[in-house]
Amino acid sequence: MATKKFMFVNRKAPYGTVYALESLEVVLISAAFEQDVSLAFIDDGVYQITKGQNTDGIGQKNFSSTYKALGDYEIKKLYVEKESLEERGLTPDDLMDLVWEDEDDDWAEKPSIILVDRSEMTDVLADQEVILSF
Amino acid sequence: MKFTIMINEGPYQHQSSDSALQFARAVLAQGHEIFRVFFYHDGVNNGTRLSVPPADDRLLQKEWSELSKKHDLDLVLCIAAAQRRGIMDASEAERQGLDANNIIEGFRISGLGQLIEGGIQSDRTIVFGD
Repeated sequence: MATKKFMFVNRKAPYGTVYALESLEVVLISAAFEQDVSLAFIDDGVYQITKGQNTDGIGQKNFSSTYKALGDYEIKKLYVEKESLEERGLTPDDLMDLVWEDEDDDWAEKPSIILVDRSEMTDVLADQEVILSF
Repeated sequence: MKFTIMINEGPYQHQSSDSALQFARAVLAQGHEIFRVFFYHDGVNNGTRLSVPPADDRLLQKEWSELSKKHDLDLVLCIAAAQRRGIMDASEAERQGLDANNIIEGFRISGLGQLIEGGIQSDRTIVFGD
């Protein structure tokens, strides 16, 4: 089967609606198809990968640890829009430490998060072949 | 051109299904091909046969069902999303030990891989959602 550039655009907070959770389910399935997969986090979507999420008070599953497993599925390009962080008073330090292991470099852990500004995000999106927006 | 269409919202509450239906008709009218229509999130509610809107309103599920029959469309409800929301075909209802099913003719239930395959096989993948 052909390889295409798939991008999953995450625009919504992790809780409040089911979009983030069900988006992650598609992302994990896509890994089995050996596609060139990347993720974008814009608007409230940046909250999906913030540190220290705690869902005790809302009776829902905390699925934030799943993002840490993405590197094991060869999903290692997570584009995060700088302006979306800034508009919410967040910095890159507020995000989880998401990494992938580079087998060509003695399995060194490398960061998966790629910070881009809004215009760079436009270029990244323009470069994709299939964009699924959540 | 070959299209895959993804619908992420249920009927009535959002316009996604209406817009996608109109888009699908336009695509077919122009001689293009629809490889698959994939329903995800609350979009799986487009596949129930138990909707009863007021008589002067459209019955979206039936419109999809009829479009499918006319053009032999592949309408797929995501199984994980459908299970969460109580959309069942006969075999799935039996497997889950439930007393009823509610899928409308023309739809089938399958996995998320069908969406990814649609993206790979189609020239364009169009998402209708919020």
